Amino acid sequence: MAKTVVLKIKRQVNPDAEPRWEEFELTWKSGMNVISAMMEIAANPVTRSGQPTTPVAYDSNCLEEVCGSCAMLINGKARMACSALVDKLEQPVRVEPLSKFPLVRDLAVDRSVLFENLKRVKAWVPVDGTYDLGSGPRVYPTEQEEAYPMSRCISCCCCMEACPQFNESTGFVGAATIAQVRLFNQHPTGKALKHERLQALMGDGGIQECGFAQNCVEVCPKDIPLTKAISDTGREVMKQAFKDFFRG
Amino acid sequence: MRVFNYPLTKLLNYQILRKGQMAAPPNIIVVGGGLAGLAAVIKIAEAGGHVDLFSIVPVKRSHSVCAQGGINAAKNLKGEGDTTWQHFDDSIYGGDFLANQTPVKAMCEAAPAIIDLLDRMGVTFNRTPEGLLDFRRFGGTLYHRTAFAGATTGQQLLYALDEQVRRYESEGRVTKYEHWEFLSAVIDNTQTGRGICAMDLRTMEVRTFPADAVILATGGIGAIFGKSTNSVVCTGSAQSALYQQGCCYANGEFIQVHPTSIPGEDKLRLMSESARGEGGRVWVPKNKGDKREWKSIPAAERWYFLEEWYPKYGNLVPRDVATRAIHKVVYEYELGIDGQPMVYLDLTHIDRETLDRKLEGILEIYEKFVGDDPHVVPMKIFPGMHYTMGGLWIDFNQATNIKGIYAAGECEYNYHGANRLGANSLLSCIYGGFVAGPQAMQYAKNNAKSTAAVSSAAFDSERKRQEDINIKLINSSGTENPFRIWRELGELMTKNVTVLRYNKNLKDTDAKLVELLERFSHINLGDKSMWANTSFAFTRQLYNMLQLSRVIAQGAAMRDESRGAHYKPDFPERDDKNWLKTTKAKFAADADEPRFEFEPVDISLLPPRPRRYDMAK
Repeated sequence: MAKTVVLKIKRQVNPDAEPRWEEFELTWKSGMNVISAMMEIAANPVTRSGQPTTPVAYDSNCLEEVCGSCAMLINGKARMACSALVDKLEQPVRVEPLSKFPLVRDLAVDRSVLFENLKRVKAWVPVDGTYDLGSGPRVYPTEQEEAYPMSRCISCCCCMEACPQFNESTGFVGAATIAQVRLFNQHPTGKALKHERLQALMGDGGIQECGFAQNCVEVCPKDIPLTKAISDTGREVMKQAFKDFFRG
Repeated sequence: MRVFNYPLTKLLNYQILRKGQMAAPPNIIVVGGGLAGLAAVIKIAEAGGHVDLFSIVPVKRSHSVCAQGGINAAKNLKGEGDTTWQHFDDSIYGGDFLANQTPVKAMCEAAPAIIDLLDRMGVTFNRTPEGLLDFRRFGGTLYHRTAFAGATTGQQLLYALDEQVRRYESEGRVTKYEHWEFLSAVIDNTQTGRGICAMDLRTMEVRTFPADAVILATGGIGAIFGKSTNSVVCTGSAQSALYQQGCCYANGEFIQVHPTSIPGEDKLRLMSESARGEGGRVWVPKNKGDKREWKSIPAAERWYFLEEWYPKYGNLVPRDVATRAIHKVVYEYELGIDGQPMVYLDLTHIDRETLDRKLEGILEIYEKFVGDDPHVVPMKIFPGMHYTMGGLWIDFNQATNIKGIYAAGECEYNYHGANRLGANSLLSCIYGGFVAGPQAMQYAKNNAKSTAAVSSAAFDSERKRQEDINIKLINSSGTENPFRIWRELGELMTKNVTVLRYNKNLKDTDAKLVELLERFSHINLGDKSMWANTSFAFTRQLYNMLQLSRVIAQGAAMRDESRGAHYKPDFPERDDKNWLKTTKAKFAADADEPRFEFEPVDISLLPPRPRRYDMAK
């Protein structure tokens, strides 16, 4: 018999429905990943026991691990489904939605909280306008090399899912947003809003909620130096808090 | 001081607005949040307009993130005497003289300032030791003209624009409708676009949205070819819907197949041209059936066929040329690695430090998805469908033939002729958005009859039309699975309508497409629920893909010549006498198929000359 792969997928038709598990057995193909497995299921939506079912709902787009869409729990670990090669996974492959974000359906969740956080910390460079104002500020290769890894954050939210402090009771902003604060505070023009960004990280849900579990840096699919960004930014927030205190 | 200044200016602005009797700023709908869409949004918001921004995915996840290698601009920072005119000449020549020259020239002239702007927005471009922008070489030019941010330039550019849009969003100038899909335009009885009809991809609710102008920036059509380098959302569904409503679709037959992609089960992952730009070499073993591991094959027994055939450009010939060369080596000479349709793309002679600094992102993708480390093992690659040069017909102001509807980015046809040069796509997206935004604003301000004054009948009937389509789909009780029809479509189009095109196959393809459309009417949606039903949304897209496929296949069948990416072995030469013209497809609703007309190409600046890459221009 042809080699097969077995997937156990957690299904839930809507946010109020009861979750249930479905098992699928698919013909093995070379280079198969969790997304291509779900494409197979869509073309032939039948469970392992022969029951017809519906195609699985999930978010995906680029399938190159750069759009950040297809984050889910695979064998219990938050990661991108497109780069989860079936050959490297223990079977049956357990696939579940991220657990800390509102569920939409099956494996799709609502991660808009990150985009709201980015708004809160003003994660942008405040340019004067889009008209031609000549070349940008000089940036030396060493500075570019420090900024570049942080600019590769794909907003997948794996770091937030894995963080023990990211939950409703702390309201913690999470590592991804803090790394963006670090990125923009380093930029020669982005610096202009440094003060406001640091202030946004003070108080409830702010940077002090970080418990240094270091799970974030472990799960980050882009190897962003998240813990370093948090400790560097933490120091800056502290300095700012002192300044504000004595000025206030 | 600061405390008082801000509200005062705000108050002042408010007074000026009131005095100017500008009751409400123009409201523009932008569909699509990739580079072109976001570029348009920024220009509109900056000029005081309000934008409703629609996107299937959160805009930060748009397909532009996949662009790797860079963005072209003749900044001439390498002492090579590069000029915007040279950039223009390379682009027209690379596009085999099919692109309209006036807009291409304007784009090349705007490019250096666009790079400066992106730099000011904080894009982490690679730098020279002096802290200036670094530039690399790319296909189809002899100059270092491509600015880059590692090998994730598209991602960095999209983020920069996304951040500026978020800034406007927080000021209330932009309202985002993410997880909404464009279904159609609302067109009134004067044939004027008045807004759009869209579907909420969670509640599946269908709604109409009025606007003073609409800009479509919905990207590529890769899904039509099944597996491609494109993202999942790049189905061409929106363009096709508009085409079926009366917008012309131009040069649909020009499809770029990228020479170097990584074959995969779910998609063809791009291996950027920058791998060759930084010195990557393409080769195969010289001897047919050579089973040796690559390392044991001595240099003398490796065939660097691009370098041999094109000594001047070498591995950096344009994409269509490289793609055909690889096809020839694999299928005619049967020299693919291990007899498989694959050739080596070799970076192992370049030192690790340089590779990591300039190509890290893409080498990481290869390693992640294939499992080999390209620093030490040559990559195995093969051509894959990558880009559509064709798209919605627009005039030089990005306006479609339906009043009030504009288009920008890959979904329109204006900038790349018969073949796009590498690193010109990011540029054309941003430039197109920068033109479309202000043009749409201008139109909205000058339009005699505002959308507010349009009767609701046009909106009601469009919503009803779309709801009826939904009801019909949900109730369809046939036996066809949409995903299986899609697979057949992809295999059909890839086989017959990509690298080598024969008239007989093209005609058979169109007949087969008619069959697939017939089968579509017997579709059975396994999932009939009305909450976040992704297969339902996909099935709607599939219908539009099928309709647009016919434009591509029929356009290719008609054009009896070879030009850029369009290659017919039976008509191997470019034929300027008969075919130096733009193909325009119009949907004939009564016959349910395209009708074609042609229009002359603007060649006002550069007289067409033969395109050859085996020697300098």
